[in-house]
Amino acid sequence: MNAKFMKRTIAAVAAVGALATGMGTAQAEDVKVGFVYVGPIGDHGWSYRHDIGRQAIEAELGDAASTSYVESVPEGADAERVIRQMAQTGHNLIFTTSFGYMNPTEKVAKQFPNVKFEHATGYKRADNLSTYAARFYEGRYVAGVIAGKMTKSNIVGYVGSFPIPEVVRGINSFMMGAWSVNPDVKVKIVWANTWYDPGKEGDAAKALIDQGADIMVQHTDSPAPLQVAENRGVLGFGQASDMIKFAPKAQLTAIVDNWDKYYVERAKAVADGTWTSIDTWGGIDSGMVDMAPYTNMPDDVKALAEATEAKISSGEFHPFTGPIYDQAGELRVKEGEVADDGMLLGMDWYIKGIDAELPK
Amino acid sequence: MVRLEPRRQHSQAMVYLSPVLAIFMTLVVGGIIFAFLGKNPFDALYTFFILPINNSYGISELFVKATPLVIIAVGLAMGFRANVWNIGAEGQLTMGAIFGGGLALYFHDSESLLLLPAMFVLGAIGGAFWASIPALLRTKFNANEILTSLMLTYVATLFLSFLVHGPWRNPEGFNFPESRPFPDAGLLPIIYDGTRVHLGTAVAVFVVIAGWLLLSKSVIGFQLRVVGKAPQAARHVGFRQKRMVWFTLLLGGALAGLAGLFEVSGPIGQLQPSISPGYGFTAIIVAFLGRLHPVGILFGGLIMALTYLGGELAQITLGLPNAVTGLFQGILLFFLLACDVLTKYRIRFGSIAAKGRTA
Repeated sequence: MNAKFMKRTIAAVAAVGALATGMGTAQAEDVKVGFVYVGPIGDHGWSYRHDIGRQAIEAELGDAASTSYVESVPEGADAERVIRQMAQTGHNLIFTTSFGYMNPTEKVAKQFPNVKFEHATGYKRADNLSTYAARFYEGRYVAGVIAGKMTKSNIVGYVGSFPIPEVVRGINSFMMGAWSVNPDVKVKIVWANTWYDPGKEGDAAKALIDQGADIMVQHTDSPAPLQVAENRGVLGFGQASDMIKFAPKAQLTAIVDNWDKYYVERAKAVADGTWTSIDTWGGIDSGMVDMAPYTNMPDDVKALAEATEAKISSGEFHPFTGPIYDQAGELRVKEGEVADDGMLLGMDWYIKGIDAELPK
Repeated sequence: MVRLEPRRQHSQAMVYLSPVLAIFMTLVVGGIIFAFLGKNPFDALYTFFILPINNSYGISELFVKATPLVIIAVGLAMGFRANVWNIGAEGQLTMGAIFGGGLALYFHDSESLLLLPAMFVLGAIGGAFWASIPALLRTKFNANEILTSLMLTYVATLFLSFLVHGPWRNPEGFNFPESRPFPDAGLLPIIYDGTRVHLGTAVAVFVVIAGWLLLSKSVIGFQLRVVGKAPQAARHVGFRQKRMVWFTLLLGGALAGLAGLFEVSGPIGQLQPSISPGYGFTAIIVAFLGRLHPVGILFGGLIMALTYLGGELAQITLGLPNAVTGLFQGILLFFLLACDVLTKYRIRFGSIAAKGRTA
């Protein structure tokens, strides 16, 4: 009887002790961050920049954080398994970095309420699911201003990925920038129907240059279109990362995705327990959109580009300032007003003056 | 000196042993590669091949991943046996998903129990329809079905892209390129709670058994084998080659279409621009991995699926690059084809003179 009682007491004390130490470790719990990439980390574009952000977490948080990633995850049935495997292997913060991961991320987030999820470029949120994206259209407006000044043939070649609002918004913003300094600019658009396929992207660029384009813009992730521009002796813009080493004579600037600061902040928030579900859409001012150094252009164009960047960053100027008409001539944004985020996020129409049909 | 000596008959033992040998050699070479990458080879192989399936959820995911591969490969194998080279299963898969999925979208508020069976039928018809084009071109104009079926793949994927960007786009989806979610009546039932194993997996097993029976017990199965192995003889006895072309392409297309429908009405649950990470192409490897035999294909599909799952875990837990998955699949296929030599040849040590005595 006594012995039994003693045993029980010892067991109880041990249990309490274990609980206490358990709680202790829970508080000092390390952050384990997982990333799901749609492309290879060597794409030198979208996935590459997210991976730079991942490395920033490791550099900044040191031993307090560990990270891992899976690259080239198809946006189909596989995504859900990969995200779930991350949640199951002890990751407490998971970034899924492509629009196509939205539904699987939402599904897994429901099943793992204690794990924090962050989905890039989507619109579904939950208590443990944040969304984040960057206002790349701000950078595209600056690029448009440069293109308007630099083009001689007045034809800009644009390699698009998919005709989704993100890309359409970029084309509109770019052209408004170009027309602000040169109303004669025309744009020719080729849809590559891929985010990453250097062969297809390069072919699209060649076709555009053959049609007279002397400025190459891309909304796909590999450096291929810019490399084609370099080889053919025309100018162009880098995408997602500074691609100057691929095109030292052709790159005017690049619209750089900079996730470093955001990723580090969010990882720290998990570490100190202050993480909450938020929706972030950061522009040049937030540091999420960076402009690579302005190169291969005269000083006056450079000064103009810098001034435009500064005006957008300070909030003095919004690229989508009215009056804005669509192709049908309908007034979408009134004079003196700016497009609201809802309109920007769902943009499926070209502005007046773009001589192309949006694939429907 | 090592020589290869032709066997008078194919070695039955080697037919079964050579895949095992190939897998073993893949493991050895894989281990060496891992060692070069600075990982403990045993840890790495464990992560790659055991960790993905050391729990029931992992095994269920293996089945989910293998389902489309097996269904498509069984259909393709029938054609490959008869020298009909359908390379366009990916396109047939896509058309199956469009046909069957289109029905689910049209009846998006339906609760009818008939919806799912109707989707099955339309999915198979969609795939068969897409495969009938190469069949027609081959039988009427003698156009090479390798080229026509492959090129039609791109037409199909672009057609799907057009639909989800345009007419079939989800009206509540903020203009993003995806369809409405299918209604519950259009989703495959889960056959094991808490996993993603769906009815399609059961169908895959059925397809394997039916394919086996067709090949081994039916007249048409016999004809398939004869046409493939001895076309001259087949012609002499009056087997009609055109009929074989039609039969194998329609069957392969229907099965690929069904596999595509299972993907969209199973794990995905809607139409979107990308519905398959190249299952139609990977299934070609699976068909040969399984020696064009339905039961072999079942194992081949599972092994191929395992390399995908293992590749994902190797990235998560070991930080190995994704390219390792492709590398593994390449090594496996290489050794498999290399080991095939052993079924037709025997290895001899020593000089040619020595052969005379031992033979």
